[in-house]
Amino acid sequence: MNVSMLLEMAAEAGPDREAIRCGAAALSYGELLQVARSAAAVFRDSGARSVAWTGEASVVTAVAFFGAAFAGLPYVPINYRLTESEMLSLLDRLDAPYVFSDRADFVDGRSSHNPQEFLGQLQHIGSADFDAAMTDPESVAVQLFTSGTTGVPKSAVLRNSHLVSYILGSVEFASAGPEQAVLVSVPPYHIAGISALMSATYSMRRIVLLPAFDAAEWLALAENEKVTHAFLVPTMVTRIVDVLRARGAKTASLPHLSSIAYGGGKMPKQSILDALAMFPDAGFTNAYGLTETSSTISVLGPEDHRAALESSDPVARQRLTSVGKPLPGIQIEIRDAAGKRLQPGESGGIFVRGEQVAGEYVEQGSLLDEDQWFYTRDDGFLDEQGFLFLEGRSDDVIVRGGENISPGEVEQVLEEHPGVIEAAVVGIASEQWGEAVAAAVVPATGETVSEESLQAFVRESLRSSRMPEKIVFVDQLPYNETGKLLRREVKRALSDPDATQPCH
Amino acid sequence: MIVLKPGMRLKSAVSDVQVMVVKGSTDNPVALCCGGVPMIDAADASPEASEGAVEGSALMGKRYTNPEQTIELLCTKGGDGELSIDGEALGFREARELPSSD
Repeated sequence: MNVSMLLEMAAEAGPDREAIRCGAAALSYGELLQVARSAAAVFRDSGARSVAWTGEASVVTAVAFFGAAFAGLPYVPINYRLTESEMLSLLDRLDAPYVFSDRADFVDGRSSHNPQEFLGQLQHIGSADFDAAMTDPESVAVQLFTSGTTGVPKSAVLRNSHLVSYILGSVEFASAGPEQAVLVSVPPYHIAGISALMSATYSMRRIVLLPAFDAAEWLALAENEKVTHAFLVPTMVTRIVDVLRARGAKTASLPHLSSIAYGGGKMPKQSILDALAMFPDAGFTNAYGLTETSSTISVLGPEDHRAALESSDPVARQRLTSVGKPLPGIQIEIRDAAGKRLQPGESGGIFVRGEQVAGEYVEQGSLLDEDQWFYTRDDGFLDEQGFLFLEGRSDDVIVRGGENISPGEVEQVLEEHPGVIEAAVVGIASEQWGEAVAAAVVPATGETVSEESLQAFVRESLRSSRMPEKIVFVDQLPYNETGKLLRREVKRALSDPDATQPCH
Repeated sequence: MIVLKPGMRLKSAVSDVQVMVVKGSTDNPVALCCGGVPMIDAADASPEASEGAVEGSALMGKRYTNPEQTIELLCTKGGDGELSIDGEALGFREARELPSSD
């Protein structure tokens, strides 16, 4: 099975139902299937060996994605915010790409195709003879450049078999009624943008695209399009809640919105509490996944959120900050540095196994071990009930005098303080310890907290080695557009000797 | 008799039904039928339509399993004819209640 079959099935079951809308442009499943097949013919005839999408999301994104799948070519969405030279260096790493670009004067005189003109041409071509069965399930469906927050971007490889395993394992075919619509505002180069296309198509849930996220526009679109489902990165959730508050709203008035999924970065506990209060009738799902695992591998569902919220047991309440339990077909293990499997409550590296787990890069090949386990490079632990908690990237671990300290552990304690909204903990250079613990903290509005009181607060629950030696107060933490905390920037700010003064 | 391998696609010899193998029969050859007639490779030419109605049907998007749940098929195209393995009718799995995560 391959990705293009997902669309063939949807088009067979409901050819006239609307598949995707972006502003005034819309395509039904039948139309999407037809133009995707025509696009495949164009890609093949051009001699291209990959399809690169360098623009914002539009209905043509879906055409390019499924078209590449019919043609059996890797689809490569690239961050449209990159500079021209960054974009060029990535394109140079691709095999004969067919390039889509919104820019009129695309880089360096290379040939590129404007998405809207491309779609217009396809509609004249008529139907092409492409059968989904022709694409090899082991061929590469998607190649995604990782965000490269730790160096030169690597490109992750996802084969048709991985993506299809994810969809078949997590989505029921045609399970969405015609009244359902999902608002997609994550960028097309994020794995969540790709999995949203596939999940929505297979469940036959209409996609409403918001190409450039803006909280007020998101709210307007959700209302006008009677949106029932949405996926957001944590920073988007926070901004939506802020806009509603600024309007004086106690709760959002979006009666159709029944499901909000979030993921892609750490959600501060206070932010999810605020969001739950603002959307009391929506079910919240926290999704944890990686590009290398074809998106989601564990979920904290609406029932879990409710149970945690209503419980008086601190262990159960803490699950609000958990990423839930593995999807069916996914196994998760926590291991120590020597590879020994750890017990519940013990922190270590998170390993994952399952048919949707690709764990492969163009540059390095497969990183799966001989038993097909993939090391996520995330640290965390499982609790007694099997709920997974994240403690940060293993690359972010602070080594203080030979002792490993996970930033997440300290952040969680800081965020328990009533005067703190959010905290980011990093290692800074220390003559005495090699690295020392430091924190950037966003204080709650109207609260005055001192460095000393927070240090004392951390020492109440953690060993003294975990206590931040330096704390700065900031208005907000630096995130990229897909909700990933930019630890390098936090580190830089904290390493600055002048950064000792509160900056609010 | 055929060994079912994951990813394998088969079609009915009596209707439009097509299936894809999700979980295979490991190394055991089985008799997979639709409407009582052995299913054929999806790439093969379809035989002439046979006379007479077939009983039952297969529904697109449903996942069919044998009672032991060792073999699983996804119906990628619905149509007439009950699916069976070694003479035993296949049932479809109930929808899973997973929250939408993307």
